[in-house]
Amino acid sequence: MAEQGKPVPPEAAAAQRSSGSLQILKVLTRWEVILLLIFLVVIGVSAGVSPYFLDLFNIMNTTFNFMEKAMVALPMTLVILCGDIDISVAGIMALASLLMGAASAAGAGAGALVLIGLGTGAAAGLLNGLLIVRFSIPSIAVTIGSMSLFRGIAYAVLGDKAYTRYPKGFAYLGQGYVGDTLVPFELLLFVLLAVLFGLLLHRTTFGRKVYAIGNNATAARFSGVPVRTVRLLVFCLSGLMSGLASVLLTSRIGSTRPNIAEGWELEIITTVVLGGVAISGGQGNLFGVIVGIFLIGFLKFGMGLINVPGVVMNIVIGFLLIIAILLPGSVGRLRNRLLLRRQLRGGG
Amino acid sequence: MKRLLKRRELTLVLVIAVLVAAISLRHPAFLRASNLYDILDDTAILFMVAIGQMMVIVTGGIDLSVSSGIALVGMSVGMLNQYYPGIPIALIVLISMAMGFVLGASNGLLISQAGIPPIIATLGTLSIYRGFVFVLSRGEWVSAHEMSAAFRELPRAAPLGITNLLLCAVLVTVLAALFLTLTRTGREIYGVGGNRVAARYVGISLKRIDFLVFTVSGVIVGLSGLLWVARYASAQNETAAGFHLPTIAACVIGGVSILGGTGTVPGVILGALFLGIVINALPVINLSPFYQMAIQGFVILAAIVVNTLVDQRNQRLMLRKRVL
Repeated sequence: MAEQGKPVPPEAAAAQRSSGSLQILKVLTRWEVILLLIFLVVIGVSAGVSPYFLDLFNIMNTTFNFMEKAMVALPMTLVILCGDIDISVAGIMALASLLMGAASAAGAGAGALVLIGLGTGAAAGLLNGLLIVRFSIPSIAVTIGSMSLFRGIAYAVLGDKAYTRYPKGFAYLGQGYVGDTLVPFELLLFVLLAVLFGLLLHRTTFGRKVYAIGNNATAARFSGVPVRTVRLLVFCLSGLMSGLASVLLTSRIGSTRPNIAEGWELEIITTVVLGGVAISGGQGNLFGVIVGIFLIGFLKFGMGLINVPGVVMNIVIGFLLIIAILLPGSVGRLRNRLLLRRQLRGGG
Repeated sequence: MKRLLKRRELTLVLVIAVLVAAISLRHPAFLRASNLYDILDDTAILFMVAIGQMMVIVTGGIDLSVSSGIALVGMSVGMLNQYYPGIPIALIVLISMAMGFVLGASNGLLISQAGIPPIIATLGTLSIYRGFVFVLSRGEWVSAHEMSAAFRELPRAAPLGITNLLLCAVLVTVLAALFLTLTRTGREIYGVGGNRVAARYVGISLKRIDFLVFTVSGVIVGLSGLLWVARYASAQNETAAGFHLPTIAACVIGGVSILGGTGTVPGVILGALFLGIVINALPVINLSPFYQMAIQGFVILAAIVVNTLVDQRNQRLMLRKRVL
């Protein structure tokens, strides 16, 4: 703004030279790039602080700790891109785990348990989606209610008891490795699903519709986008993936208590927002979210190695979330100012 | 419009009356005055925090950090009392409100000055405030025997006929109702929630209103933190965990639109009372307290669906009237 009236002859020549550096600046101020840099700093610092960090076995194993959250972060990206939010994901996980536990107690096999977990998740997501689009209720209100309902059912049925008996083959899903390698099955599954979600979001018309709805639902509607159907599907997907996360988590810890995955919705939403997805919808991409997932995962791993208690980690994550929102805004402003200055010089 | 709002609150009164009647038909003791008084006393903190929450929601925001705020202020004043039992209780009350002010103002600054969406800012401070509880306490509790008698008696004493706890709730309720309906700033809060762009064009400072509602919510949270810890005679790291949900639930049940712009203090009080009665009725009808969460969830969903249907019908009726 202030530059508008200023004469800038001395720097005029420099401006021409800086057009190359401006490109670099443009790339550097992209949120995913900033995130990648932070990620590298975290790895560097962690490796410096603890000799146990840069150990392939440790690194592979620590992914067990956040792969279930990562699974839910994928559809949550779509939900938030639509301008919606799903607070009930962890509640869905509790409900799915409850039904799997009950089925297992009744003698169901591993395959049936997986189907029950996925089915419960999808059904719960469908219920959310129907309430949201059928009655035009804001998603935050519906999912706050259904979160209590889903987890509440788990509390009502289990109370202070737990299901702890699961069939033998079931444990592989959450605890197993791929063949003889160090790669956890969960990690492989996540990579496959991340690619699938990336294709869905960035290479299909469905993905474009999600962005269109998030940017302007009314305009999308008038352009022939079936807004309700897309949002319903996105919530079903969120439920389905929560069901999958529940299968993996239940298999990994081998028990179902009503407080399973309690509070995870907050960390999952934090991950997505940290990954550069605007909470108002329409902006962001899956790559940023995937970087965000590993950033938080490795940050926690690093802090764990130097004995930082979990609650204190949450302070760091909380600050990170707020900084993540502040930074792109100020970086964006800086970039715009530099661009504006260049345009003014080019015009003059 | 006003008549419509009144009708919604009337519906809620009827639902509550039917609920109480149904319970007391099977268990007449439930209707005893002392029991009803206990329910009010148990729900007092929910009344207060839900009203702060409502002011935030009316502007179109949300305050998820209230639960952690209660824990942080509660732990702070609990430890203050543990190590300096000589500090007069009146000063502790002021300290708790000042701390709440700081926590609420932090939210308010993040939202009004830095432009962070309320749900994100308070999601962040929900984690941060809870983390500081642990940093402060190092995982230890403050138990009943470590608190002074005056501290523990604060919410229970009843110099004015009702317990101080309930007195605080009544004061907050009355002040909030007067503030929201009679003052210019109170009306501006509704204006901001109804239509932010229009509100700015008529000269309302959005930043001022955003900052104000989060700060008011913070002060209420501060006072509630003290009352909570003193009433349950224990300050823990998990104090009030998840308490933001019933405060939002009370608003939603009471007819506050999550999109902002509508909501009344009586509605929120009735919403909170409904939750309070349900929670207190569980042991009476022999249901384990583990049912509380499921019932709460079901009630929230039922309330928003009913409210939405009523709204949509009213809008149709209004349109029809206008056409005729």
